[in-house]
Amino acid sequence: MSVAPVLEKCRAEGRAALIGYLPVGFPTVEGSIAAMRVLVDSGVDIIEIGVPYSDPVMDGPVIQDAAVRALAVGVRLSDIFTAAEAVAGAGAGALVMTYWNPVLRYGVERFATDLAAAGGAGLITPDLIPDEAGDWIAAADRHDLDKVFLVAPSSTPERLEAVTAQCRGFVYATAVMGVTGARASVGEAAGALVSRTREHTDLPVCVGLGVSDGDQAAEVGRFADGVIVGSALVRCLTEAATPAEGLTALGVLARDLAAGVGRGRS
Amino acid sequence: MTAKPSQTPTPLPLALAGAADLPRGRFGAFGGRYVPEALIPALEQLEEVWRKASIDPEFVGELERLHKTYTGRPSIITEVPRFAEHCGGARVILKREDLNHTGSHKINNVLGQALLTKRMGKTRVIAETGAGQHGVATATAAALLGLECVIYMGRKDTERQALNVARMRLLGATVVPVDHGSKTLKDAVNEAFRDWVANVGTTHYVLGTVTGPHPFPEMVRDFHRIIGVEAREQVLDLVGRLPDVVCACVGGGSNAMGIFHRFLDDASVRLVGFEAGGAGVDTGEHAARFATGIPGVLHGAYTYVMQDTDGQTIDSHSVSAGLDYPSVGPEHAFLLESGRAEYRPITDVEAMEAFSLLSRTEGILPAIESAHALAGAMKLGRELGREAVILVNLSGRGDKDVHTAAEWFGLIDSDDDADGRRGRLPDDPGAEGVGEQQ
Ligand SMILES: Cc1ncc(COP(=O)(O)O)c(C=O)c1O
Repeated sequence: MSVAPVLEKCRAEGRAALIGYLPVGFPTVEGSIAAMRVLVDSGVDIIEIGVPYSDPVMDGPVIQDAAVRALAVGVRLSDIFTAAEAVAGAGAGALVMTYWNPVLRYGVERFATDLAAAGGAGLITPDLIPDEAGDWIAAADRHDLDKVFLVAPSSTPERLEAVTAQCRGFVYATAVMGVTGARASVGEAAGALVSRTREHTDLPVCVGLGVSDGDQAAEVGRFADGVIVGSALVRCLTEAATPAEGLTALGVLARDLAAGVGRGRS
Repeated sequence: MTAKPSQTPTPLPLALAGAADLPRGRFGAFGGRYVPEALIPALEQLEEVWRKASIDPEFVGELERLHKTYTGRPSIITEVPRFAEHCGGARVILKREDLNHTGSHKINNVLGQALLTKRMGKTRVIAETGAGQHGVATATAAALLGLECVIYMGRKDTERQALNVARMRLLGATVVPVDHGSKTLKDAVNEAFRDWVANVGTTHYVLGTVTGPHPFPEMVRDFHRIIGVEAREQVLDLVGRLPDVVCACVGGGSNAMGIFHRFLDDASVRLVGFEAGGAGVDTGEHAARFATGIPGVLHGAYTYVMQDTDGQTIDSHSVSAGLDYPSVGPEHAFLLESGRAEYRPITDVEAMEAFSLLSRTEGILPAIESAHALAGAMKLGRELGREAVILVNLSGRGDKDVHTAAEWFGLIDSDDDADGRRGRLPDDPGAEGVGEQQ
């Protein structure tokens, strides 16, 4: 089930959607699903369910570290579908964020089938550009799944046109040139990229990379259709002394972020 | 099977070398561009600048001049009869890339990419390195052309190739040890990509082998193609016919593609690549991608990857840092599937034996990477017999490996060395049959 209705509902409420990333399997599979539920209960509209991967070239140290630890405790690809089912059941959009090789190994068609059956909305693919995504695009269309590709400040108009033409759900605008990680400021590039992207598509444009608190969420929510937060949330879990403390910290940050998008356009 | 010796070389322009490839950087099903969107404009720019440069007489001339006056090209060939006694008596000829400035084939590619960096108006280069040879070559080119240089190297490799770390620093480069993952070459590549995404406006990533996103596999191959172009002529001159087999070690696969490519259309010439068998392919401790891997995506290319059933990369192992990589260039995957080339694993023990034999029979210390190709030649020679002519790409010299080899053979004085050593030097390396495997 597409995330489009969620984004539409947020737009009707006059605010950006809040999109939160967490990797499955950190600190455990159950623990990560509990954390995703906390996000949903705290006002996060869409969960980006992260697939831990051994070679995450788009990720900074925080998410790398969580992925390594999740793999060390034995997270499996099939756990993704359990998480998607739980998130969808909690009433939020369930998008899976994954590097391409795990899907390729699982089988693109089989992955699409199982994701759709679990109630997942679709995929965000940080290292798969539409040019190489023929199999995925066909499978997603067959299974009515969202295809979220990325655009970057370096994207030319030709690339923006080509990439947005293949997106469904929303377009993921990476705010800065760089890897994931909380940043003190999201930078001017984000606003410019959102405007440039809108010249090529009517899809919602959501901004990720670097947002870490409610004020930044408010700032980005003024010009973007969705605010994506990753490392700052993950850090609540990786830096906590106990899983329970991690969930508490996560709830506090998520509510701050939700309040941020809420006041963004007022 | 004697091919007609042609006296004039066939100087294919660099750009023509890739003409047979399918569009969008594919070799059959392999290759492609599996990278974040943020890097696509840089890859498009690189491809455009490279394609133009490769038919621009000024660029081609400048690279030729550097190869002649700086690299030391053409590199010679050396026939090695005493070593050949351990290869079933076949004729064995080495292509001496070890004699290039900086000590390996890596400089061929690096000078090309460093010149392209200038053409693109960029001021900073980054590179990954395993054995340190590519890092040293990149640091050298950066010093020569006045570019800022940062080298990423797995922590484990900085320890086993400490001498090369010092060399890079002496050349003015910053060496960043990488502590993630397996702390080897694959993790250094990850870190280089992360740097590149953040700094792509000013920075060129001098990828060190024939893998990564298009156009790297094709471009790096073309910069190394000169190895085979020279060697083919040199062997024809020396022997009067083409070799029966061309051998090379295969890490990412650049020295192998470099020497193979000119022979692709010579149907009588077998092309055999040797990958690191580590402790043995059935031990799990190896880098035998073709023997154990399956196709997948790593570092931007669709190719053979050592991976588990969830698509997670499996750590590789090899005594040789330069072959210790869980993936391989996509064109090799294509050559394997099309049947044009063969690939075999060589264990650490076999490679170290060949290392020692070449040193003691010919006075040439090979890089441990190249020793895998030498060990391959020993096997092939015994299979093919005395009539065979075997060309081996000696991709690098062993100076960087002296410490590893000395430890392996127990040559470093210490109280407990007799128990700790893993290898044994042959007592009489000149004697026939010493190299036989039990
Ligand atoms: C001497 C030498 N040979 C071979 C290799 C392996 O690389 P490739 O397979 O790209 O030639 C290396 C890599 O560091 C090397 O230093």
